[in-house]
Parts: sequence; structure tokens; C-alpha cells
Amino acid sequence: MPLLDVRNLCVDFRTANGLFRAVDGVDVQVNVGDVLAIVGESGSGKSVSMLALMGLLPWTATINADLLHFDGVDLASANTQQRRSIIGKDVAMIFQEPMSSLNPCFTIGFQLRETMKAHLPLSRRERQSRAIQLLEQVGLPEPERRLKAFPHQLSGGMCQRVMIAMAIACKPKLLIADEPTPALDVTIQAQILELLLDLQKDTGMALVLITHDMGVVAETAQRVSVQYAGQKVEEQGVRDLFANPHHPYTHALLAALPERATSRQLPSIPGVVPGQFDRPKGCLFSPRCTYAKDRCFQEVPVAAPPALGLARCHYPLVDGIAQREVS
Amino acid sequence: MLSFILRRLGTFIPTFIGVSIVSFLFIRLLPGDPILLMAGERGMSAERHAQLMVQFGFDQPLITQYWDYLTGILRGDLGISFKTKRPVWDEFFALFPATLELSLCAIVFAVVLGIPAGIIAAVKRGKWPDQVLMSTALVGYSMPIFWWALLLIILFSGMLGWTPVSGRISLMFFFPSGTGFMLIDSLRSGQAGAFASAVEHLILPTIVLGTIPLAVIARQTRSAMLEVLSEDYVRTAKAKGLGPLRVNGLHALRNALIPVITVIGLSVGTLMAGAILTETIFSWPGVGKWMVEGIGSRDYTAVQGGLLMIALIVMVVNLVVDVLYGLINPKIRR
Ligand SMILES: Nc1ncnc2c1ncn2[C@@H]1O[C@H](COP(=O)(O)OP(=O)(O)OP(=O)(O)O)[C@@H](O)[C@H]1O
Ligand SMILES: [Mg+2]
Repeated sequence: MPLLDVRNLCVDFRTANGLFRAVDGVDVQVNVGDVLAIVGESGSGKSVSMLALMGLLPWTATINADLLHFDGVDLASANTQQRRSIIGKDVAMIFQEPMSSLNPCFTIGFQLRETMKAHLPLSRRERQSRAIQLLEQVGLPEPERRLKAFPHQLSGGMCQRVMIAMAIACKPKLLIADEPTPALDVTIQAQILELLLDLQKDTGMALVLITHDMGVVAETAQRVSVQYAGQKVEEQGVRDLFANPHHPYTHALLAALPERATSRQLPSIPGVVPGQFDRPKGCLFSPRCTYAKDRCFQEVPVAAPPALGLARCHYPLVDGIAQREVS
Repeated sequence: MLSFILRRLGTFIPTFIGVSIVSFLFIRLLPGDPILLMAGERGMSAERHAQLMVQFGFDQPLITQYWDYLTGILRGDLGISFKTKRPVWDEFFALFPATLELSLCAIVFAVVLGIPAGIIAAVKRGKWPDQVLMSTALVGYSMPIFWWALLLIILFSGMLGWTPVSGRISLMFFFPSGTGFMLIDSLRSGQAGAFASAVEHLILPTIVLGTIPLAVIARQTRSAMLEVLSEDYVRTAKAKGLGPLRVNGLHALRNALIPVITVIGLSVGTLMAGAILTETIFSWPGVGKWMVEGIGSRDYTAVQGGLLMIALIVMVVNLVVDVLYGLINPKIRR
């Protein structure tokens, strides 16, 4: 049984112009010790789907799912008490903006010990020594001094390390890292990723890594899930995905890499992700797809079999050649 | 932190001089002869007039008068009350504890109810608790003080007979005033029922005086909380699995408090203005009532001294607020 099992997750936002579906039927499965990368252009609903799982969306969001299981617990039907004993302890998340994700009014030490206080039966002294140990573990020099510092006294990279320390404080089974590195410079990005992977190996926790960076995907992930306009369009093991992408969107992403998988940015494909008002009738990718046929503009495709990477496409590619219809 | 306080003190001095000039000019700019103005219809002989001119220093040039006034303030000398012939300084401080006690109760009342109300309204934004709380706050804010006081008196004193309408304590109790704070003095007197009587007398004036600050604090807390609740660090706090009390009451509130404290500090000015009306309505023997009486009996030295002292108090409170600000927000220190 997977550690995390999410089926057909939909998230709607109430906006001034009616409902906006930011996540549309996404499935996520993560096994114990897995590293799953989620890639996709900006606005494809990567953050929103993970925030939905954590119960961290604002009140304007409505969440629906056929299944929302973590470690055998149904998160959808769990009461707030049960959810809170899981969130922050067994599932932890670090966010896109490390600087603003720490509370400016409290010291690093306070914020670090607080997580342990909420979930672990440790004494005050044990929490303090574990806090020091955690900061050492994430590679912050002079941990005792850092514990007394306020967030504005640390750099972005340091803040992200603190966030990571906070996230692993209770030894989570699953860590969700939402683009942990975008605002940081390249060497620090690499260090943070290396840290996350080392921690993943040492502790055996599962890791969901949301990223724009195909290079990161190639280096780190075991499996890759590709999201487009709120839908998961393909999911494969990382080697297979790079060798043989089945969805034209994935294909385009990889083809647009200058030197396959070395770019630090998600490559650009002509056109934009459809928003609230310009959602195509058939396949959401059809307006930008070079393989699109008439049917693609009319009918909504369903996911192909696992052998074809669950590609949400009428004519999945095999070795770069569009196949006849699957169904 | 120390240099921050010192810098803040640096701006205190020019403000103090400005305030002293305004209160000084207050009497001298009134048209006509100040002594005759103060004497009113009673009139007086020419010798008496000349004698008083010298005694109050009105025969000196303005600049000399101001210098004497300023150095007087620094020595704790605010002149002699025209009516009672006692030093204004002494009169003020004899009455000030009553005003302070009432104001403190009012501000505590406003803070203790206003901050939770603002938090609840923000957390339940758009739902019925928010609407009920915020419409109540709007009503409270726009209610004229004397009208509100009358309504409360009619209901609680007139119809229900629960609370007294005037003074600080029932006349049956008598004991020497020690601290000047009736709550403390009545407790220390050891007389049965004295403390309860002091509390009863405080209730209505506290509500009346505290209502506008309460409404202002509730509204400011709500809007500050709304801003803070969408911040990333609040999401982090939730992601740690902390309960709503800790997320809203600690992580969010601590950041939202900065503007709220400013408003609390600013409302001390409103409070002093409100105290003048409230004390008059409830015959509360504080400096507000004393100044109103001073105006009525043309005791301008008293009014001048009272104005200056109240302005000074407001300034000191604002200074304290600024320092608190630095304590709460570590980024402002340095
Ligand atoms: N609170 C909200 N209210 C309305 N729409 C929202 C809200 N939060 C996100 N969205 C919308 O949901 C869509 C998905 O956003 P999301 O943040 O998940 O994208 P993302 O894939 O994480 O992008 P990025 O790579 O830029 O982080 C976007 O179109 C965004 O505008
Ligand atoms: Mg995102």
C-alpha cells in the first residue's frame, strides 16, 4: 500500500469571476522511501495540489478527492485533531519562499523547538539539544548562536536550511519540498538539494520534490509526474521519461532543453498555459501541441495505460512517433 | 535598543517645547486683560488689579513670562490656581490618580475585549461573527459619549438599579486616601464592602470611556490580522500542525500587534478627551472634571497647567509605545 495515495484530486477556488479549477483530477502515489518529482510550468497547480493535501489552502478553496489517504489514514474524513497530529509530524512541507516562511517575531530556536513541543514527548532540555543537533544536521555553522537569531539576521539559504531542520524535526515519513531553491544562487541551490537527498537517504523518508528544473529532476528523482494546467499529463520512472516521453507536452519540454536535462530553467514551449477563461474544449494542451489532430480539439482525452506513462493523450508518442489511438 | 530610546527622546524635547508654547499662549492670546477675564463679573479695585498683574507676572514682556513659565515647569511649578490660591501642580496631582484609575480601567476593558473581538472577526472573515462584531464596533465608535452614558445610566442605574451614577465610592465609606487609587485604597482600608462599592462605581464610567477605544482596537486588530493571516509564516505555523489558538493568537497576533499597539497609544489622546466628558457626567473627581470647572470659573492658570500636563502625559505614553514597538518587532531595534 502506498504511503500517500491521492486519487482524482480537484481543487476549485472561488474567485470574483466564479469558480476556477486549479487542480483537475490529479492522482499521486508515493511509496515509502520514494523520491517523486512533480514538474510543470508555472500555474500548473503543483503547489495547490500539495497544499490541498496538507490542508493549507485559504478558505476560498474547495477540495474534492475520491481518495486522500496518508499512511492508512483518510485525511478527508479525519477530524482536525487527527489531521494536526499528522501534519507537521509525519508529513512536513517546505515552501517556495524561505525568507517569508519564518515568523519575523520569533527566534529560530523558538520556531524550531515549537514543532517538537507540538508532537514529541521531549523535555525542554531535550528539545534544545535536538534543535542544536538538527541545525548541525542541515549544515548551519555555530548552531547555538543561530538558535538565538531572528530570521532577518539570516540569509535566504540559511533560512531554507532552518525550514528543512524544522520539517525533519519530528522525523517525517514524507517531506514535500515545494521548489525549495528558486530565489537562491546556483551553488546554494545545489547544496540545498544535496542536503535534501542526503537526508532522504539517511532517514528513508519519502520525498516529493516540486521543481521547475529538469536538471534537478534527472539527478534526483526516481519517478516524475508531469502536470499541465491542473492535470497530471504523464507519470514515469525518470529514465524512461527522459528516454521515451509519451505525452507531447513532456516531449516538448525535453526537446526544448538545449542540452538535454542540463538547463537550470524549465524550457519554454511556444504558447501559454490556459487560464480560467481560455480553457480549450478538448485536450488542454491541444492549442500548443504540434501533433494535435481534429479529435484533440473536440474530445477530452483520458489517461493511457501505465505502459504509455498514463499519458493523458489521444495519440501518445512512442519513440517520438504519434501512435494510433489507444482506445 | 538604548540608542533607539535616546534617539526617540531627542524628538521628545522639541515637541515638549511646542506644547509648552501652545499652553502658554492659550491665556495670553485671549482678547482683553487676563486678570479681568479671570475676575469675571466680580470686578476689582485698581490696586488689587495691579497687585495681581505683578503676582502672575503679566507685567513682564512675553519672552520673560515664557522663560519663567518654562523654568517653572521644570521645577514642578505650574503657577497658583486663581480660584483656590493653591499650586496648580498640587491640585493636578491630587486629582490625577482618579483620572488615571478610570483611564487604565477603560483601556484594559478596551484591550481585553477589543483584541479577541478583532481576532475572531478576522479568523471568521465574512461569516456572521465577523458581521456582528464589526457592526457592533461601528455603532460603538459612532455613539456620542454623553448619549451612550445616559443610555447606560437609564438602563443600569435607573431601571435595574445595579450601579450608582456618581462619585468613586459610596459616601458611607471614609478612609484616608493613600495611593489615590480607590480600588487599592478601599482594599487596604479593610472596611467590608468598600472595595465592592469602588468597583460598582467604576463600571459605568469604564464602559463609557472605553467604548470608543474598544471599537477602534477591535477594528484595527481585525484589519492587521487579515493582512497577517495570508502571510507565509502563518502557513508555516499551520504546516507544523499547531492548533488555531497558537497559529492565530501567537504567530499571527504577534505580528498584527504592531499596528494595534500604535492605535492603543494613540487612543490615550482620545481617552483624555473622553475623560473630560465622562468625569463630568459621572461626577468623577478627576482632572477632567477639574478642568471643566476651571473653565467655568475662569481659573485659567489651572486650565493652562492641566492642558500642559495632559499633553505631556500623551507624549510620554506615545514614547512608551514606540519603545514597546521596538521590543515586539526585532527589526525596528538596532
Ligand atoms: N488562493 C488562490 N485563489 C485563486 N487562485 C489561486 C490561488 N492560489 C493559486 N491559484 C491559482 O491556481 C493555479 C495553480 O497555482 P499553483 O501555485 O499551484 O501553481 P504552481 O504549479 O505551483 O506554479 P509555480 O511553479 O509558479 O509555483 C494558478 O493559476 C494560480 O493562479
Ligand atoms: Mg508553486
